Amino acid sequence: MNAIKRYAGLIWIILGPLGIHYLLQTASAEIAKKPGIDTQIQWGVFITVFYPIAIGFILFGLYALEGNYDHLPEASSEIDDYEAKPL
Amino acid sequence: MNNNNETKGIWKVIGASSLGTLIEWYDFYIFGSLAVVIANQFFPKTNPTAALLSTLATFAAGFIVRPFGALVFGRLGDLVGRKYTFLLTLVLMGGSTFAIGCIPNYESIGFLAPILVLVLRLIQGLALGGEYGGAATYVAEHSPAHRRGFFTSWIQTTATLGLFISLGVILLTRHFLDVDPAKSIAKFNDWGWRIPFLISILLVVVSIYIRLKMAESPLYEKLKSEGKTSVNPLKESFGHKANLKMVLLALFGATMGQGVVWYTGQFYAQSFIENVCKVEFDQSRTILIWGILFATPFFVIFASLSDKIGRKWIMLSGMFLAVISYNYLFNNLYQIADVKNKTEVLAKKEIKTNLTAIANSADFIRKTITKTTFTDGMTMQQTQTDTAYATPGKTTIKPLMAISKTLASNDYWKMVGIVFLLILYVTLVYGPIAAFLVELFPTKIRYTSMSLPYHIGNGVFGGLTPFIATLLTTIYTDNKIVGLMYPIIIATICMVIGAIYISNRIDPAVDR
Repeated sequence: MNAIKRYAGLIWIILGPLGIHYLLQTASAEIAKKPGIDTQIQWGVFITVFYPIAIGFILFGLYALEGNYDHLPEASSEIDDYEAKPL
Repeated sequence: MNNNNETKGIWKVIGASSLGTLIEWYDFYIFGSLAVVIANQFFPKTNPTAALLSTLATFAAGFIVRPFGALVFGRLGDLVGRKYTFLLTLVLMGGSTFAIGCIPNYESIGFLAPILVLVLRLIQGLALGGEYGGAATYVAEHSPAHRRGFFTSWIQTTATLGLFISLGVILLTRHFLDVDPAKSIAKFNDWGWRIPFLISILLVVVSIYIRLKMAESPLYEKLKSEGKTSVNPLKESFGHKANLKMVLLALFGATMGQGVVWYTGQFYAQSFIENVCKVEFDQSRTILIWGILFATPFFVIFASLSDKIGRKWIMLSGMFLAVISYNYLFNNLYQIADVKNKTEVLAKKEIKTNLTAIANSADFIRKTITKTTFTDGMTMQQTQTDTAYATPGKTTIKPLMAISKTLASNDYWKMVGIVFLLILYVTLVYGPIAAFLVELFPTKIRYTSMSLPYHIGNGVFGGLTPFIATLLTTIYTDNKIVGLMYPIIIATICMVIGAIYISNRIDPAVDR
């Protein structure tokens, strides 16, 4: 199972930039089709919001690939006691 | 937490927390439910589509600021305590809702009106971002570990019940302002829409009074007395890999899918029934009201079950059912109201034409109302508005056309059944999620850590569902249910991540 968790990390790393590419492509096509402040605001909001989420998705994939999800806490004592290591 | 006093105590905690959260959801949803009326009041009327989009954008803004509210108030809740933080969010939410009901319209004060509405809407979003995490954490920290799902499920019912009450108050206000239904609706659209906003203040005052009497969470009090509270909750939540990885897992493996299932099952379903199936205003709302009423107990049932068998597979089964059945269920909703599947009673067809003179012109505004009755009892009213020109041969290029269908009893209840199923999926994904999130993070940074993934999942992924789905239907105009692509893709990714990475932990001794 840990091998699946790690290899799937590669998929999440690739999906992040792909999602952003699709979003940018659709946004530019839609703005070109219907130029106007409404369209620009609408797509501007989508890009602003989903861009950092896509970066988070890449980070999630990276953590998975590194094996950070191989073991997840199995009890609350484990959660409260884990050593907080800065990134 | 084994004796009767402690059990009584937990119900007081649940009651006080749930009431406040319920009011916050109510406040938040009346704005969304009245989007069209608010557009007419506060945004320039020259372009109705622009006005509606502006309101929807404001609506989306309300959702987008929620994650920021989660950071601001989550940090505060971990620094100074849960009780005072979610008291503050309640005051902010109640105050801004009341203020929206008091703002003069665009015709009176010009562009200041939409600006004020936008600012107050942003405050609402911030407040909501802080409220839910506080309430869920507060209840969970009072609960025995082995029944955490059950006790937090009462908080989970508040979002749906808040929507239920907002729809109910709007329908009642819309019909009780005058004996004549048409006049009552006209009054509601003119000034009556303010009533649902204004009455919120009474509910908020009651809730503040109750919450003031509550004590701080025992787990937080313990940490505080031991001097173990977090000094910098934001840094500890998102600056440390051990916790950040859990925040990312909570978002991509649970809340992202939960958010789209929640908003598709309730908001998009209602919007689809009204705008795509063209079912009239009251029926499209009462269908949702019945669906909510029948499905709400399942929040408690599934959350309680999650205490016994774990949260993971219950939440994921809700996403799985949504992914495989959304197209079928929404297509059925469309078919139920589609006139192609019905036979017209020609003898009952009525056509009325009304001409209104245009000032300083020889032309007239022509309104043609065609009422069609079908053999199954459904009626359809088509209102076509165009200009009758004095110049021979000149016609309106694109007349305005409004369609409103009133379903027969059988079809109405079929739609209620489908909406019930859609909300049942919501109860599967949403019922256990508060307990699931609480159990992922340590007490000292729990408020901050659980609030952010919840509000990105729910606010951003979920909140934008009706907007993105509607947008997709304007891009791919041939397919009426193309809007479902968005929730289906998001729920599928989330389900796969959840299935691979989330552990089905049943932890009977959390934090006690």
